[in-house]
Amino acid sequence: MNARILPYMLILPVTLFLCLFFLYPFVLVSQEAFSTGDGFTLDNFRDVASYWKFPISLQNTLLLAAAVVPIQVALALLMATMVNRMQKGRDMVLYIWTIPLGISDLAAGIIWLAIFEQSGFLNSMMTGLGIVDQPMNLLSYQSPLIVFVAIALAEIWRATAIMLVILVAGIGLIPKEYYEAAEVFGASPWKRFLKVTLPLLRPSLQTALILRVVLAFEVFAVVAALGGTLFPVLMGEIYAYQFDLQDGGAAAALALIVLAISIAFTLVILRALRVPKGATI
Amino acid sequence: MTDAVADLPADTGASRKAGQFLYGASVVLLCAWVIVPLYFLLLNTLSSPEEVNSFPKSFLPHFDLGSLTFFANFQGILRALWNSVLVAAMTMVMSIVIGAPAGYALSRFEFRGKEAFRLLILLTRAFPLPLLALPLAVLFIRTGLDDTAFGLALVHTTLAIPFAVLITFSLFSGIPIELEEAAWTLGCTRFTAFTKVVLPLILPGITASAIFAFVISWNEVFAAAVLTIENRTLPAFLLQTLGEAPLHLKFAGGFILVVPALIFIFAVRKYLFAMWGIANR
Repeated sequence: MNARILPYMLILPVTLFLCLFFLYPFVLVSQEAFSTGDGFTLDNFRDVASYWKFPISLQNTLLLAAAVVPIQVALALLMATMVNRMQKGRDMVLYIWTIPLGISDLAAGIIWLAIFEQSGFLNSMMTGLGIVDQPMNLLSYQSPLIVFVAIALAEIWRATAIMLVILVAGIGLIPKEYYEAAEVFGASPWKRFLKVTLPLLRPSLQTALILRVVLAFEVFAVVAALGGTLFPVLMGEIYAYQFDLQDGGAAAALALIVLAISIAFTLVILRALRVPKGATI
Repeated sequence: MTDAVADLPADTGASRKAGQFLYGASVVLLCAWVIVPLYFLLLNTLSSPEEVNSFPKSFLPHFDLGSLTFFANFQGILRALWNSVLVAAMTMVMSIVIGAPAGYALSRFEFRGKEAFRLLILLTRAFPLPLLALPLAVLFIRTGLDDTAFGLALVHTTLAIPFAVLITFSLFSGIPIELEEAAWTLGCTRFTAFTKVVLPLILPGITASAIFAFVISWNEVFAAAVLTIENRTLPAFLLQTLGEAPLHLKFAGGFILVVPALIFIFAVRKYLFAMWGIANR
């Protein structure tokens, strides 16, 4: 086969597949969101936005992302720099730290349920230490803050690993000479981190942040396992529209809203962490 | 003056020791942060149903298989487990068969539209893909794919394909084209050169990315819950029963979800970095 058309033959299956199962459903979901049976309309969006649960689930989703993502960035950066200077046991530690990468959000929710439920390990520990006399119902509507903390902890526990992997790979690409030069000029470890690691890590940080923020807006099963209906989030509302209310148009409209938020944040991150032209390692 | 100079090395020695200790302690602490919640899940899984619901919890394992037996005998759960395996296996095969040729094309050829194609792949990654299950649910009813393992596997393949393309791209890039060219001069065609030279070298990496596709499908909750009714996968089944299921069923189910993920991440740990290191820039 001739080398001009061969690459196109090779990428044809993926392109066809993505057109059929990525672009086409995207068109379908937009169609469904903008129609109620007769022509173009914004009714679905009006319905969704005026439903009393919409502001609270939007607020919860954004609040959760705002609480979780910065902690994950800091934690992943810390872990990545620690791994980087590790001599022995590096593989072992890395394996342990990346275990959550393979764990689903539902499983993570269940794992933290074992800790936070009424007869769970946190209550056992607190009574054992004499902090409380009897087990408290931690995940109830009376303690929204504890519900929020439990969900945030489960998210941080589960999804820091993906950032860690991207950042470790990124740090590995930074030439050692830069650090040696910085050391010769008397830069402290903290200065080296600020002036060498962070700027050169920008492309990796960008990837990690985009991936993580998009996933943060998709939060669903962790919340379902830990908070149930106590902590409504956008994805949970989409699920409820589709199944409990059997309203496909509203589900599609809400899906487009989630999509718009994700894309908006992606663009902001791309802009904020853009790599200057010609600046490569 | 001389005293001060004499003091200085001793002082930095002490602070270095303190630094080392702090460093070691944080590594251990972060390892515990990952492992301890998993240990709690294991404890609950290896307890009898009565123990799971009792208080306070013991922090040592009992090795009672009561919860797991209950799980295995629960109506419909083994079928859900089988569905999970089936969907994940199909996802694994499809994403590699469709994705790997594109990865090869990206690594070996310069062609028009290459950048646009890469952008399409990256775009799918920065996109809340499970949302696309909503319009597909309608489409699948029309084509008879609704509530089938194959239909769900198609959606999961959309999730796994960007990773399959990017991982195989970086794997193929790691094999010098000179090896292939040498094979051509020795009488191989492009195809036989690929099967005889490149494929044996690439096989472990391909296996790793196939396993990664398996884990993506195995863990996915939202699309699975939207697209299946009778033929639920394990995560979808657990999600559906979250409201009414007894605690020991949840924990045993969570444990079954976690175990393959642990093994798989261990098996692919060498390749976790290949997929981000080169592929993201």
